[in-house]
Amino acid sequence: MIVLDNVTLTYPGRTGPVTALAGTTLNVRKGEFAAVVGPSGCGKSTLMKLVTGLIRPTSGTVSIDGAEVKGPVKVAGMAFQHANLLPWRTVLQNVMLPLEIVEPYRRRFSRDKAAFQDKAMALLNVVGLGAFADRFPWEMSGGMQQRASLCRSLIHQPALLMLDEPFAALDAFTREELWCVLRDLWQEFGFTVILVTHDLREAAFLADTIHVMSARPGRIVETRQVPFLRPRDLDVCYRAEFTGLVHELRNKIAEVRQAA
Amino acid sequence: MMKKLSVENLAPVYFTVALFVIWEAACRLFKIDTFILPAPTEIFAAMVKYWWPLLKNSFVTLWTTMAGFAIAVVFGIALGVVVGWSRTIYRGLYPVMIGFNSVPKVAVVPILIMWFGIGEVPAILTAFLISFFPIVVNVATGLATTEPELEDVLRALGASKLDIMRKVGIPRTGPYLFGALKVGITLAFVGAVVSETIGANAGVGHLMVQAGSNFQMPLVFAGLISLAIQGILMYAIFAVFERRMVAWAFRSSQSAGG
Ligand SMILES: Nc1ncnc2c1ncn2[C@@H]1O[C@H](COP(=O)(O)OP(=O)(O)OP(=O)(O)O)[C@@H](O)[C@H]1O
Ligand SMILES: [Mg+2]
Repeated sequence: MIVLDNVTLTYPGRTGPVTALAGTTLNVRKGEFAAVVGPSGCGKSTLMKLVTGLIRPTSGTVSIDGAEVKGPVKVAGMAFQHANLLPWRTVLQNVMLPLEIVEPYRRRFSRDKAAFQDKAMALLNVVGLGAFADRFPWEMSGGMQQRASLCRSLIHQPALLMLDEPFAALDAFTREELWCVLRDLWQEFGFTVILVTHDLREAAFLADTIHVMSARPGRIVETRQVPFLRPRDLDVCYRAEFTGLVHELRNKIAEVRQAA
Repeated sequence: MMKKLSVENLAPVYFTVALFVIWEAACRLFKIDTFILPAPTEIFAAMVKYWWPLLKNSFVTLWTTMAGFAIAVVFGIALGVVVGWSRTIYRGLYPVMIGFNSVPKVAVVPILIMWFGIGEVPAILTAFLISFFPIVVNVATGLATTEPELEDVLRALGASKLDIMRKVGIPRTGPYLFGALKVGITLAFVGAVVSETIGANAGVGHLMVQAGSNFQMPLVFAGLISLAIQGILMYAIFAVFERRMVAWAFRSSQSAGG
């Protein structure tokens, strides 16, 4: 369970302090798929850094499973808009990177390398990259790189997956394909997800709960439960309730942008 | 395609030959005095005649260059890692290093000779000084410009600063380092020769100064040409090395996906 209690974050900034978040309160249950949407620059990426402990709040508290976050949380998986793969490593080696860092895998890395390789291959097969394991990132398309990045964020079976606009740079078809990949992985492993996105359909299709943020300084202004039953199929996106939900979210964001 | 490629590959040979032919022709046509500019044939004759002193002194220059360069690589990488370790150190030290680097190293040679006497030590130290800074600057730049998002990914996995350096910082410094080595080795060469011309009892620079004071201009030019050959060879060795070691940097720059 992730709790942000009345969190404010002010960056020093070069031209004076910038308050990115002001009095943000947010709850995410264990195993929940939460999405965060909001206007550009409202502090969504900042929120992600706070939850993973990469930065400390100026005031308020962030806690995970009842313990206050006081430094980098250690076992969160993260993926961003850019795949950020290491160009000198093959796809397989890239995916295995977290195992070289996170305990207890790290200690056993050289001994159990073969087993870890099988594990990484299994994950690559799930996202459809099995045949490309020995390629280098720069030999692959953006969508393929993003799949690999997703594998890298999940290989160590984190309890928490943080995604910051992971599909923003992809074309519509690839994006929908990866939605399904993520949906299946989440259903299989049951980790907690916080997904930041600008794509309201993405949020509505994937998430259990959607949090709408105000313009900067950001805080959560509305939380919507997504009623669609699981497992969800892409068809759900063409239902009237779905379109209605997306429309309402859109209006809400337009409203908070106006207010700024 | 193959044919075009081989023409392109041979182009440097054609140009070099053409240069020597024009040079030779100019010397004969305008009857240029050997003491001003010897013709290539005279230079090659001197090279053949004095092959042993040339070879012997080339070895001296080569090893002093290599020794100075090796010290520069070791210390350059070490200091580069220290400087690149934190952004604050990087910002603070960068201007200082640029300042040091803009001091002409030739000006330091007489001081070195006073400190260490005539011999190989000043040449080694000059080679070291002149090739040291490009290595530091490039290693530090490679380390200090790690993508912040990638750093976030690793820190959220519990990676220490040392882990991030080992897994990301140092490997990604490769292209910067090899670029610097390629430039650094030619600079080290310049440093060693400059020092030898100012004060030494061996080396190609020393040989050229001696030949010059005996008015053996063809031998002076023979020295120059043997320096040029050594310089090209060393550059080529490091360029090949670079292509081998950091092939990903060459190929990923022409990558299709974003
Ligand atoms: N290091 C920093 N120093 C100063 N200001 C910052 C810093 N990082 C972010 N900000 C400011 O904080 C605000 C929130 O930034 P953040 O990156 O969290 O926004 P975001 O919601 O992720 O935006 P986007 O949707 O465009 O990605 C922005 O106005 C930004 O200018
Ligand atoms: Mg952002």
